[in-house]
Amino acid sequence: MNDQRRPDPESFLRVAAQEGRGRLKIFLGAAPGVGKTYEMLTDGRQRRDAGIDVVIGVVETHGRRETEALVQHHELIPRLTVDHKGHRLGEMDVDAILARRPQLALVDELAHSNAPGSRHPKRYQDVEELLDAGIDVYSTLNIQHVESLNDVVASFTRVRVRETVPDSILEQAEIEVVDIPPDELIERLKDGKVYIPQEASRALGHFFSKSNLTALRELALRRAAQAVDAQMLEHVRAHALAGSFAAGERIVVAVSELPHAAGLVRAGKRLADALKAPWTTVHIETQRDRYFADADRHQLADTLALASRLGASTASIPAANVVEGLHRFALDARATQIVIGKSARSWWFERRHGSVVDQLVRTIGDVAIHVLPGGDTPPVKRAPVYRPVRWGQAIEFGWSLLMVAAMTTIGRLLLELIDLGNIALLYLVPVMFAAASFGLRAGLFTGIASSLAYNFFFLPPTSTLTVNNPENIVSILVLLGVAIVTSQFAARVRAQAELAGSSARQNAALASFSRQLTASVTQDELMQAICAEVARLLDVRTVLLLPSPDGPILAAAFPPEDRLDEIERAAAQWAMDNEQPAGRGSSTLTASDWLFHPLGTSRGVLGALGMAREDAGEPLRSDRLPLLMSLLDQASIAFDRMALEEENLIARQIGERDRLRAALLSSVGHDLRTPLTTILSAAQEMKLHPSQALADTVETEARRLNRFVANLLDMVRVEAGALPMKPEATDLFDAVASAVQDSRAALAGHDVTVDIPPDIPLVRVDPVLLHHCLINLLDNAGRYADPDTPVLIAGRRTPDALLLSVIDQGPGIPPGQEKRVFETFTRLEGSDRVRHGTGLGLAIVKGFAEAMGLSVEAGNQVSPQGARFTIHIPGRLIVTMPVDRDDP
Amino acid sequence: MTLRHKILIVDDEPHIRRLIQAALTRAGYEGMEADNGRSALDLLRRDRPDILLLDLGLPDRDGLELVPLIKQQSDTTLIVVSARDATDEKVAALDLGADDYLTKPFDTDELLARVRVALRNRLTRDGAASALTVGDVSIDLLAHKVTRAGAEVHLTPKEFTALAQLARFPGRVITHSQIMAQVWPNEVDHHVEYLRVLVRGLRQKLEDDPQQPRIITNEPGIGYRLRPAE
Repeated sequence: MNDQRRPDPESFLRVAAQEGRGRLKIFLGAAPGVGKTYEMLTDGRQRRDAGIDVVIGVVETHGRRETEALVQHHELIPRLTVDHKGHRLGEMDVDAILARRPQLALVDELAHSNAPGSRHPKRYQDVEELLDAGIDVYSTLNIQHVESLNDVVASFTRVRVRETVPDSILEQAEIEVVDIPPDELIERLKDGKVYIPQEASRALGHFFSKSNLTALRELALRRAAQAVDAQMLEHVRAHALAGSFAAGERIVVAVSELPHAAGLVRAGKRLADALKAPWTTVHIETQRDRYFADADRHQLADTLALASRLGASTASIPAANVVEGLHRFALDARATQIVIGKSARSWWFERRHGSVVDQLVRTIGDVAIHVLPGGDTPPVKRAPVYRPVRWGQAIEFGWSLLMVAAMTTIGRLLLELIDLGNIALLYLVPVMFAAASFGLRAGLFTGIASSLAYNFFFLPPTSTLTVNNPENIVSILVLLGVAIVTSQFAARVRAQAELAGSSARQNAALASFSRQLTASVTQDELMQAICAEVARLLDVRTVLLLPSPDGPILAAAFPPEDRLDEIERAAAQWAMDNEQPAGRGSSTLTASDWLFHPLGTSRGVLGALGMAREDAGEPLRSDRLPLLMSLLDQASIAFDRMALEEENLIARQIGERDRLRAALLSSVGHDLRTPLTTILSAAQEMKLHPSQALADTVETEARRLNRFVANLLDMVRVEAGALPMKPEATDLFDAVASAVQDSRAALAGHDVTVDIPPDIPLVRVDPVLLHHCLINLLDNAGRYADPDTPVLIAGRRTPDALLLSVIDQGPGIPPGQEKRVFETFTRLEGSDRVRHGTGLGLAIVKGFAEAMGLSVEAGNQVSPQGARFTIHIPGRLIVTMPVDRDDP
Repeated sequence: MTLRHKILIVDDEPHIRRLIQAALTRAGYEGMEADNGRSALDLLRRDRPDILLLDLGLPDRDGLELVPLIKQQSDTTLIVVSARDATDEKVAALDLGADDYLTKPFDTDELLARVRVALRNRLTRDGAASALTVGDVSIDLLAHKVTRAGAEVHLTPKEFTALAQLARFPGRVITHSQIMAQVWPNEVDHHVEYLRVLVRGLRQKLEDDPQQPRIITNEPGIGYRLRPAE
């Protein structure tokens, strides 16, 4: 199929992500003592001789002389001493290596667990950080430490190793198998050349049998071959070479909260590798999950985390029962194979409830189902889950008894009228009611109580609990049967309703979250909203940190937070740098009380969201992780939306500026050329026929030109936002008088009336800018008012402002255009007369006024008709007069 | 024929010089021209002009630097004529000692009027004119007496100090700080709001219509000017 030949974009991403990253080479051995460390050091020495900058991050020589001799050749980074319960443990100093920045670091024992309190619990995580920093790493590993082979190795060696390395590490590494024949290894063991820790020597004695070693060796060689295969596959996928992998296989591994589920995950991994198929690990959440003990929850989280480390995608799906949920998920995921564990339940339980496997086989058509045994871990006898009798339950039982008593009374009264057998039917009412409303326990209780009451009060011999007639035994059984069946149905309906309710609650939570985010206008508001909502939905304290050159800085928090320790900042920084969770409950910097999740957008990591519980417990229950992920996704979308809006705004502003520029050019073309043409031709004409009229024309046009140029300069200042502001106490009488004085020419033919209360206070504005505002308003009035009408300048004081208006008598402003008049280069259509003007004056008024903190408003005056422009001077600009002390 | 007043035109634009020269000649003055700061100072020493019209944008040095030099070297009346309309520069020029300023583009009539005012102030300075009349207001600087339409107007000492400051050079703009330095000689920080209130009071007492003042006029951001006597 053509489809398969198309390069897979994800493969490209993986390859691209590895560019710039250090390369990892693993010296893989079948068992301790094969000489991995020696091989690694030898190889490292060759690289050093080739001019590569090599350091030793950490090497365990175990006192072997050849190995120690090799170590001498290399620069050794001193170990970091970590105090743990009085023991001083030497761990690899990751920061020192990062600071030293060699080209190649040699790091022994990849599977090593670091001392508690180290940055990472596992050494392979340290190595990942070195690789991320672009440093090549050589490391050593024994085959039994490979995660997916852990079970297999344990199955034949009967030694289970706790320290494992995820397969994903091996998949990105070049693997060199360090191999010696088993006989030789056993020889070396006898010679004491193999280091075995004292306490483990007995267990390991069995480990080094020839058959074990042969099997381990085979595993190592196969794993190395598989790694080569996987890298080959990656190459094929990225470059879409013909002849690709088995098409369309998809594996779903269904896991429960039981410990053996980890075995299923590992089996799924092997199957996925063998089929080269994508795989998903899913847990179906049913009613049962609500009664999980904390240990169950942790076990399940560990299982899902293991799957995730092994490269599976994971999911947790709510459903009414396992079969239905799994069926639906398998269809959605287009699964071709399902891996499921053999039920640990009793034969009796499966008879009653039906085996999940059987039902699956029946309902799912075209899917292969692998049923695996529980593994070598015997099904743990689970401590019975203690469900304390709620107070509510006691009340329910009381109600049930009351109903039984009531029915008994009614039955006694009706005994004369109806048949004894029918009396039994009466008891169906309380039984069904209790079963449907209160559940199985109450239903059964009521059933038993009813039968006892029926037996005692009605069945002969009455007042005893003996039954003479076998028919009556049937009545009792029916009562109990009804109780069971009714309560089962009712319970199922209730369970479904509750499930629907819980997913409805989750959806509602998401919807309200997204609504809250949408309501935020600024980025600060958005960050605060995210903190508040996550805190509310997950019941935690939250902080949001942003990166800065000086380390993470607090951008928002809920409830307000200011005490973040160094370790919290380090965890946040790490989460942002590595785009992975860090802190409490993650695998990095776990000593922090806070858990940090990176908050990413499509443009990269924006910051880190921190969560902590008031009681310093685990900040995030594993079953809330999907909700958190959805919330973070929503948040990321909100940030993207905001960024996009900002870009749109800028684009709009650029568009607006372009429009202005075009308008300016056309205006300059028109408004400069017209007077220039007039002046030019008038001047030429005057050379021939000097005349007063022509001289007047030249003068008028020159003045207009002058005004236009002044306005253009002012407008440029407004647009550039570079108005020199020197606010000072200004007298409106002064301002108005000098503006009127300077507008004499523009106001020719108009009487100017000033009506300002004599006690109007001074205002703190820039007198020059105010002067320009008034000049332009008067100029506008002179231009648009009807000839020979008065122009009124009115001042008024309102409780919280001063208003200064310029009112003319004329056509006024066309309705609906009151705002547009202030736009640059607007000359209103619908003005009946052709006016000279630049369309700049009112825009300057608005620009200057707003620069001073004032606002302007245009409106119409009804009687007499005309335009009214009002400058609002807010109360805070009114000058409260200082007392002149030495003035009488 | 009396000795004609000599006026030195300092501007680097030949067209402007020619226009001003023509206007001055027509009005009966003797115009001289300089196109840079150095030759302006030379002519100032040699010909002792009565009035110097100074453009601030000169090719060899900034006109503002010339202002104190000119005032030190001569008693010529200095009128700044500039296309620079920044208020700061006008105030700076006035505070440095310039007697008046005019913004380009200007009316020739306005220029001639300023020249007349300047010449009149030269004739009457040094206490020669101890009294003047503006409209119906008479100011006697020696007797500290102000009358309006014949009736004496009572002014506070501060009001009189401010008015006297303006009346010493009628028609010329006096900056806020120049007035305040006289009225409140002991204050270091001058608050222009005191001056505003003082001027309001003066106008109430002197103007026909304090809402549209004609005797004391305002130059936004710069200072006040007393209307020159007719």
